[in-house]
This record gives sequence, structure tokens and C-alpha cells, in this order.
Amino acid sequence: MLAYALRRLVLAVPLLLGITLISFVVIHLAPGEPVDLQTGDLSVQSSAQAKQLLREVYGLDKPLTVQYWNWLGRLTRLDFGRSFAPDGRPVLQKISERLPITLLLNIVEMLIIVALAVPIGVLSATRQYSTFDKVTTVFVFVGFATPDFWLALLLMILFGVQLGWLPISGLRSLNWEYLSFWRQQWDFLGHLALPILVATFGGLAGFSRYMRQSMLEVVRQDYIQSARAKGLAEPIVIGKHALRNALLPVVTILGLSLPGLIGGSVIVESIFAIPGMGQLMVQAVFERDYPVIMGNLVIVSTLTLVANLVADVTYSFVDPRIRVAARRGRR
Amino acid sequence: MKRGAPLARLALVLALGLAGCGGEADSAVDHAATSEKPAYGDTFIEALTGNISGLIPNIVGDGASHTVAAHMYNGLITHDRDISVVPDLAESWILARDCRDLTFRLRNNVRWHDGRPFTADDVVFTYRLMTHPKTPSPYKDDFAAVESVHAVDPYTVRVRYREPYAKALTIWGQSMLPRHLLEPYVAEGRLREAPQNFTAPVGTGPYRFREIQSGQKIVLVANPDYYAGAPYISRIVFRIIPSQATIFLELKAKGIDTATLTALQYKRQTDYPAFAKAYNKFRYPASIYSYLGLNLKDPRFADKRVRQAFAHAINKGDLIDGVRLGLARPATGPYKPGTWVYNPNVRTYGYDPARARALLAEAGWKTINSDGLLVKNGQAFTFELLTSQGSDEGRKVAEIVQANLRDIGIGVEIRVLEWAAFLKEHIKKRRFEAVAMAWSIGLDPDQFGIWHSSKTGPDEFNFVSYSNPEVDELLDRGRMTCLQDERKRAYDRLQEILAEDQPIIFLYFRDALPVVASRVRGILPGPIGIDYNFTEWFVPKQLQLYTAG
Repeated sequence: MLAYALRRLVLAVPLLLGITLISFVVIHLAPGEPVDLQTGDLSVQSSAQAKQLLREVYGLDKPLTVQYWNWLGRLTRLDFGRSFAPDGRPVLQKISERLPITLLLNIVEMLIIVALAVPIGVLSATRQYSTFDKVTTVFVFVGFATPDFWLALLLMILFGVQLGWLPISGLRSLNWEYLSFWRQQWDFLGHLALPILVATFGGLAGFSRYMRQSMLEVVRQDYIQSARAKGLAEPIVIGKHALRNALLPVVTILGLSLPGLIGGSVIVESIFAIPGMGQLMVQAVFERDYPVIMGNLVIVSTLTLVANLVADVTYSFVDPRIRVAARRGRR
Repeated sequence: MKRGAPLARLALVLALGLAGCGGEADSAVDHAATSEKPAYGDTFIEALTGNISGLIPNIVGDGASHTVAAHMYNGLITHDRDISVVPDLAESWILARDCRDLTFRLRNNVRWHDGRPFTADDVVFTYRLMTHPKTPSPYKDDFAAVESVHAVDPYTVRVRYREPYAKALTIWGQSMLPRHLLEPYVAEGRLREAPQNFTAPVGTGPYRFREIQSGQKIVLVANPDYYAGAPYISRIVFRIIPSQATIFLELKAKGIDTATLTALQYKRQTDYPAFAKAYNKFRYPASIYSYLGLNLKDPRFADKRVRQAFAHAINKGDLIDGVRLGLARPATGPYKPGTWVYNPNVRTYGYDPARARALLAEAGWKTINSDGLLVKNGQAFTFELLTSQGSDEGRKVAEIVQANLRDIGIGVEIRVLEWAAFLKEHIKKRRFEAVAMAWSIGLDPDQFGIWHSSKTGPDEFNFVSYSNPEVDELLDRGRMTCLQDERKRAYDRLQEILAEDQPIIFLYFRDALPVVASRVRGILPGPIGIDYNFTEWFVPKQLQLYTAG
């Protein structure tokens, strides 16, 4: 097991290099330069000179191979460089400002989805084609099909404008600094309520359907029949034996969605004025802000490779058959 | 939701820092006569649609940064309600008739936000900063005509220009920067890294910087030592809300005190009594005009009669009603009606499809094929109309133009492109037949960069490739004198020629549609807009909502 993990880690390094190289080439293939967009693009007051100056400052006048090599060199020192956006701040600073809120939102959303999807999936499977099954199916698919921004606006109008129960946008009220500690937390929660609601509603479909499908397969297995034949109570059959097996694919999917945790939905973030990673990245792409794009790519790729590894290892723990096979293989 | 049309942003830059050239300004409620006593206090909450790039306005070009910076800095001069030049940090000046020598007498009671006195040294420093080879400023060119700037004494500055320069006085509306804080950063070209740019800007303006939460909000507080007296409103909070839809909802929920509405919101979605009670609507012509640009290197469009035919074929009234719900004024040229430079006596093109067809026939487009399209030399008259994805407006204009032109037998295909790709692949490489776009115009009438035949390089703005020697000569003349009557003569003739030639089809000047919370008094709309006298806005004591922190 350890040898396997180590081998995977070592192999990850050239994989990461390959990813960064391909990404670097691809983003430079997009037409348009950061300097075009910075000097006010069609502003009649910018000049060719200002652009050339910026090109030199960013090192864009050097050949691509040199640029890549320089970037790689800085990366080994964990220097992600400075953003090409007019504020010129360090890339790590820009990312670290936005990462926490995105992570928070995504983690909470994922926890809620799992907490809801598992029971929904299990109940739908055990009561297949019942009213409950049909109703929840329609419900999750409606959630899946509904556009985020549309739902967001509707909820904002209802809860924000008409009822006045929840704040419409942002993360904190303007008088947040003057509130007591507990009111601050309550205020923060209030601001997060709608974004999480919108995101969860859309994301429920995937997990619950997986759960339902997986459960359906499991309950048809022979060992479930034998468990019942042994005389075990139905809740134990389902809740202990079936569930554990049915959870395996879900665990894999959870593991694979870990890298997605740091990506934000730019639409939800824009609507709710949440300064998260989604906005940062989309903005960076539109502005051809190469250091920020590359910085994000490195972080996401690293996380993906690590998450894959963690998922594989977890899977082998969760599924004894893999452990046993490995042990048998070693003898 | 993504970055809005950059030109609209630029309009904000120019509309606020140097603001719009005005015409008649309508307002729904006239608050000019207020009998309430001005009171200090309250907080004004505004929304920004994008994050700011920095707090040194001289080196950034985006609207959000300039909106915030306008409250913290001053220039030597500024513009008043009717766009006339008035003193700001300079209490008086003498501009020689040859437009080459300018002497400013500065006020002696101005202090920087950190308490140090503002002197002529800061003016000279700002000039050096703007022209330093390592300073990445989009406004560098303005100062290229300056030969020398020097401080005669701590409150007198003498500027000498190489040649007579039309903008000799107006370029000094640029924000003045503190030498004692920024000098070390200029020589190394590290202005962006100075604390001034992001954490501790120091200006001379009516508001001081209090705090910034990146991506969320920026807070400014009143400067009690402002030279013209402390402003009434104690605090300004800028909330960063990228989505126009959210801004509108926040407005309705009273989460912000002002917003710029879209035509639809202004006309149809804010007609109910509660809104009218809570907000005052204002309307004035913005300094942006929409146009149909034609690639003049294309032999079809090189023929003036074809362009004039287009001008007759496009129903501008329909366009304004359809795209802006009537909230715009027709454009006959590149200048805004109501400004001093505007020439109303130019050729106009009323909606006349018959005349359009006649002109096209004269240009050789006589036969109609089975699809209803005009043909010449076996080729049907079709072209591709490009517009950028950033705003709905370009697309709607394109659709109406497409319909109008189809009526006279011309086929148009519309293509919507992402802004950067549009700019790089089509505009700069001149790979386009027609575009539906908008130009924002500055306070100064000089439009050399857009119409001069020398400005047709890839990074330059005469991308339709217009060339007319008389226009070139008029543009040169207009820039070389600062005497308004001489400039007016040159620009009047310029407008006549442009109206005759129609190098681009001028469509309309849109209206700016701001609304402000009704508790705010002192707003006097004018040709320049409404923000010019923000320091005189106040909220009566009994209506104040937020206590200053």
C-alpha cells in the first residue's frame, strides 16, 4: 500500500509538468494579449508605447519557451509571480483572498448534498416506483434543469425584496464590524443562505441518482437475500449491509469532486456578489492574466492528482476485497 | 456578469473624471430649490460593477477605479455643471494667446490627507511621473506636448508647450499625486506596488480612504480639512456587485442609494409609487454614441453613395425606440447635441428607403436576384456584421440594422464575438466588413486618433481606414489652438464633411439614467451629469439613515 502510494506520488511530478506545459501553450493560443486589454483597449488615449512598455514589464516580448522556463523556475521557489491585471498584486495573494470563501461554500454545499442525497437515494431505491420515488425524482431533476441565475434572482426577489428576510448579496452587512460576535456569525450565515440554497438545489440530482442506482444494484445481490433469510431485521439489512456496499461508488465520486471544491461558480458568485475563485478565474481568462491562470491551474492540478490518490487509497480501505486481493497478490 | 462592455466602462471614466458634454438635462424631480438646512452626516452607498485595479487613477483606465478615486484626488482645474473649466487646486491661471505658456497660481491652503502641504513641487512631480518612460499610464500622450514644467515658487507653476496645444489647460484636470510618498517608486517603475495604490492612498480630495476589503467594499470618509470645506455626507461606501440584475434588486431593497438603470428598468420596471417615493430619477445625454462602422477598404463601402444609402435606410427612430426605449438622441456626427462644439447645420439622413435604393442604383446596385438581394457584377450584396458579446445593445442595434437593410435588398449576417478576440483578430487585423459598436467621447473635442489618415496602424483607432485630406487639415488645426472660436470653426467644418462622407453611420447618443435615494438633497443635473457637485449633496438631519463611523 505504501509502495503504491509512493509510486503514484513520484509519477505525479512529470504528469504535473506536462499539464502545466500544455496549459501554458493553450492559453497563449487564445488571441489577444493582456497589454491590449489593460491599456484600455480602444481608449483613444493609450499608445503603442504604453503597450510596449507593459510587454517588457511582463516579459511578453520574450519567446514562449523562455517565458515558460522562467515561470517554471520561479515556481520551484513557490513564487507564482505577479498578476498582469492593473493591480499587479502577487498571484498567491489574490488566490488566497478568494479561496477560503469558495472552499467554505463548496464544502458546506457538498456536506448538505451528501446528507440529503444519501437518504433520498436509499429511500428511493427501497421504495422504487412509489410516490416518494416519483416525487423526489421530479424534484431533483427540476433542480438540475433550473438555471442557477434564474433561481437565484427569483429567491432574491422573494426573500430579499418582498419578504425582507434575507440579505440579497455580499458576504456581510455594512454594519458588521459593530455587531456582537454571535450576531456577526448569524449575519454571515444569513448572507450564505441563498447561495448555498441555490447551489444545493442544482447539485442534488447527481448524487441522489448515483445513490439510488447504486442501492438498486446492491439490493438485488445474493448476499442481501441471504441476510434477509438469516432473519435480520430489514433496517439492519438495508442500513448496515446494503448501505455500506452501495456507498462505495459514492465515495469514489466524492473523492473525485475534491478538486472541484476550489472552483467557484462564476454565475452564482456574480449574482450574489461573492468574491470567490470563479470570478477571479473567469476575469483572468478574459484579461489574459497568464500568471493567475497558470497559478490556478497548478493548484487545481496538484489537488486533482492528490485527490485521485486519496480516493484510490480510501477505496481500498473501504472495500476489503481490494485489500485482500492486494495481500494475496503479495504472498 | 462578466466584465461589462469596456467602452461603457471607459465612458464612466470619461463621464466622471472629465464627464459628459451636456445638452438639455431632464430630471423627473427638480430638487434645485431646497429649503432644508444642509446637515453633516449620513452614509452614501454606491455600487461598483467591477473590482478596482488600483487607487492611483493616473495609471489605470477602468471606470470603477476612477469612480472611487474621483473623491480622493483633485486636479489643478476641474469642470463645472456646464463643462466650463473652473479652478480646483489652482486658484487662477494665465494662458497666453499663443497657447504655449501657462502659469498657474496654486491655492496655499491645501493639504494632503496626511497633513503635509500641497505645493508646486507636487505638480512638477506629477508631470514627471506621467511622462516617465517606466510609468504605464494610458494618459501619457496628453502630456507629450509639454516642453517643460517648473515651480517658480511654492505656489506658482509655469508650463511651456512645444507648440500651441488645444488641451493646454484641460490636461491639468489630471489627479495630482504626492511627491513625498511616491517619488521613490517612479524611477524604478514600481508605482503599482506603492502602498498608495492599494492600502493607503493619499490625496487632497474631499474624501479620505478608510478601508478596502478586496472584492467586497471600499469605504471613504469625509476629509474635514478639505480646502473647500468638509463635504456634508460623512461616508461613502462602495459595494462591489458585478451583476446589473443584483444591483437593481439591491436598489429596490434599499441596500444601495444610487444606481444607473438600463433603459428597460428606467422605463418599465420602476413605475410604481413606492419607488418614486424612495428614489429620484435623472436623465441626461451620456457621452457615448453608437455607430455602424464599415471597412472603407472594401470597394463596396468605399463608395460614398453606398454609405449614404445606408444612412437613409436605417430607421434611427425605430432604433432608439427599440434598443433604448426612446431614451437616446439621434447622432448626426461625433459630437453631442448641446455642447459648444456641436454643429446642428449638417446634412441629415431621414429614414427614406426609396432614396437609399436610388443611391445604391447610382452606385451600380440595380438588379435584384431571386432572393430579393441586390446584385452587381454577379455578386449579391451581403456582408457580415460583427459585434461584441459584452453588451446587449450592440446585438440589438445589429438586428435592427439587419432588418432595415434587408428591406432595401442587402443581406446582413450577424456574428457576436468575445471582446478580446474581436479586438485582436478583427479590429486590429482589419478583418471585418462591418461592426456595430460605440465610441465614448471625452470632454475635449479633439478626435485626431479616430479620423486622421495617419492613425491607421494596427494599434490605432482609425480602423475603418478613413482618409480625407481636408479632414486631416481640420483635425490638425483644431489641436493647435486653444482659442475656442477658432476651434469651433474647424470642428464645424469637420462635422459638415463627416456628415456628408458618413465614414461610419452615426446612430444615437444614449441617455445616462441614474437614480438617487430621495433623502439626498442638492443634486443639480447639468450637461456634465450629476456627480460634479457631490460635495454639496446632503441629507437633512431627520432623514439620515446611517450614523457616520
